Amino acid sequence: MLSLIVDGIIYIFLAIGVFFNLLAGVGLLRFPDVYTRLHAGTKCTTFGSIFICGSVILLALKLWIQGNSDYSMLAIHTACALIAILVTNPTGAHALARASHRSGVKPVGAVVDHLEAMEKKAKVQKKEAD
Amino acid sequence: MGKEGCRIMEIVTTYLVVLGFLLLSIFLVIIRVLKGPTAPDRVVGLDTINTIVIVSMIVFGAATKNIIYIDVAIIYALLSYISTLFIAKYLEGGEF
Repeated sequence: MLSLIVDGIIYIFLAIGVFFNLLAGVGLLRFPDVYTRLHAGTKCTTFGSIFICGSVILLALKLWIQGNSDYSMLAIHTACALIAILVTNPTGAHALARASHRSGVKPVGAVVDHLEAMEKKAKVQKKEAD
Repeated sequence: MGKEGCRIMEIVTTYLVVLGFLLLSIFLVIIRVLKGPTAPDRVVGLDTINTIVIVSMIVFGAATKNIIYIDVAIIYALLSYISTLFIAKYLEGGEF
């Protein structure tokens, strides 16, 4: 009985992960500029990969508890890969957003740009200090 | 190989179907990489493809019970992070 419930949870996690990964592809195609595309591409893939890795970890833990000790390696290594994704994906997206703003790509349809104003202010202050 | 074994075979088949959907998602992103009007658009697409490839490797490793694929996925994640940071620094301009 418990095994059936765990199987159901694995299927639900897989469905959520695949749905969000497909949303990332569709969002990248449909959104108008770099920043919104970055929003779709990074957040959806990170959230989806959490759930897919979670389903793999659950499957491996279930088979490990049932007595097949080969699957302990599968669970631990998948957890390591999940930690690597969780650390590297948002930092890379942050660096990309900052780089594209500095390389001169403007957000489409934005009314105010606080980051640009702040950078101008910092430049003026630096000149005055010199 | 009783009822339990059958259910596990079903889960493995589901992982292969999931792999197909992930490949479809990669295909959608490739269209954006080819179309992308500016350079940052293409880099965002490549970054997304990297993440989806990592997840596909994990799913394939779980489906075929090969742990080596998951080890490769960890290394791929760290190397793709370094390459993304480097391309971002290049787009930004200025000193390294």
